[in-house]
Amino acid sequence: MDEDLRDLYQEVILDHGKNPRNFRHPEDATCEAHGNNPLCGDRLTVYLKLGKDKVIEDAAFEGRGCAISVASASMMTDIVKGKTVAEAEELFDRFHKMCTGEDEGTGADELEDELEKLKVMSGVRQFPMRVKCATLAWHTMNAAAHGEQKATTE
Amino acid sequence: MPERTADDGYDIERIRADFPALSLEVGGNPLVFLDSAASAQKPRAVIDAMSNAYEREYANVHRGTYYLSQVATENYENARKKVASFMNAASADEIVFTRNATSAINLVASSYGRTFLKEGDEVVLSVMEHHANIVPWQLLRDATGIVIKVAPVDDDGNFLVDEFEKLLGPRTKLVAVTHVSNVLGTITPVREIIRLAHDRNIPVLLDGAQGIVHEGVDVQDLDVDFYVFTGHKLYGPTGIGVLYAKADILDKMPPYEGGGDMIATVTFEKTTYREPPARFEAGTPPIVEAVGLDAAIDYVTAVGLDKIAAHEKKLLDYAMKRLAGVEGLKVVGTAQHKAGIVSFTFGDVHAHDVATIIDSAGVAVRAGHHCAQPLMERFGVDSTSRASFAMYNTTAEVDALAAALERVREIFG
Repeated sequence: MDEDLRDLYQEVILDHGKNPRNFRHPEDATCEAHGNNPLCGDRLTVYLKLGKDKVIEDAAFEGRGCAISVASASMMTDIVKGKTVAEAEELFDRFHKMCTGEDEGTGADELEDELEKLKVMSGVRQFPMRVKCATLAWHTMNAAAHGEQKATTE
Repeated sequence: MPERTADDGYDIERIRADFPALSLEVGGNPLVFLDSAASAQKPRAVIDAMSNAYEREYANVHRGTYYLSQVATENYENARKKVASFMNAASADEIVFTRNATSAINLVASSYGRTFLKEGDEVVLSVMEHHANIVPWQLLRDATGIVIKVAPVDDDGNFLVDEFEKLLGPRTKLVAVTHVSNVLGTITPVREIIRLAHDRNIPVLLDGAQGIVHEGVDVQDLDVDFYVFTGHKLYGPTGIGVLYAKADILDKMPPYEGGGDMIATVTFEKTTYREPPARFEAGTPPIVEAVGLDAAIDYVTAVGLDKIAAHEKKLLDYAMKRLAGVEGLKVVGTAQHKAGIVSFTFGDVHAHDVATIIDSAGVAVRAGHHCAQPLMERFGVDSTSRASFAMYNTTAEVDALAAALERVREIFG
């Protein structure tokens, strides 16, 4: 089996893809956004509950898509919980760079653990057409946090 | 991919050798190209004809009085004659060169639609339409208030003629349906559709983007009013498409785009327009693309459209049987009359994951909604993988697809 392919479809990703965490619509969400990847038709909705000082108290999602996009949404909602919106943004920025193979640079060290967890998605960099699958949830989360209703990977 | 020459005299090895792209390797595997319904590979003859046109016969057309411009103009107009004869149009003046099939439909929706369709008038489409034969009519609807009606298919993807007939009413002013579905492969009963529409004096547009490739078309025999197709699916270049329309209809249609080449006289007060097809070809046209399309038509004609159709039917029959044996695979689109297009789902594995994994074995299929979202919804799927067969595919390639799908199972369990 192709090594890049094994790297892309790691057990962790397959598990998140099959059994997504936080796959629900929280009643007390304070904001939400719809994400759409028009090329492949992946659609998901990200729900956030923002508390005091823009802390993400809860994050969840619903929708349908490929294993990569569902796994990414699942892991993201786990990881951004308890973070501030600013921290989530920084994670998105560094995650995006990770997926496209750019230099991630250095940022706040307190996010290192999270980035380490996200590294499992970095196999996507060998598949440029699939980067959008990995980042759709993050784009959508970002839109929700900023009061926008829609996100697209275009 | 070795395969013996079939008994029917269809020399597949020789045909494959004519297509340079087919000897490519992807990730160490021979390319298995099963995405010709999106765009076909090009034979050497097309590539050479275009190179020659650029190297030796290139100038702008319809303008210069010098040698090169005359040659280029002749080549361009000869391509129009070639297309007319390929479709059996009554005259080359009924052939308008466009950018692709999409722009041909937009031309009709805009020029014909805005002139002859009024608020409340109805256009009947089918649920199988590509977005290219949906969105132009929605734009027309937004501009004029026409009503769009949608003819259904059954669960196998058969076009339901009776249901279609029920949609034809006093306000129906146009029927615009696909000749062959780009997702299901369904060959629509175009003859019956045209008869039923013409009984009520309703003109018919056929989207032949897939149809002309797999079935060919005789526009006079069908008596169809508009027929559109694109060059690149017919083994020709991108950037050129065709609108066929009956001469009396084209005559009545106002210009679509304004510019050079389509005018008779221009003053700032008033401009008069040329006769069709020039009226609809504003600006410098796809000159070399027309030469490429001409060569593509020569190529498929030399092989024989009926032989190609028979070969593709053989591949389709083989694939339907072979893929039925792949556990978890479900074909979407099992119409009685079907061209060489096989869409399928694979357990609950998303089509994009399927396409990525089998690509690692060199197998190229399309994954997604195939620009036919309403049809996806009709069949309750978000996306499908689609293998489509062309004149150069082999049964061994169908086997390669089936084998590559085993990798998907390995990974997803």
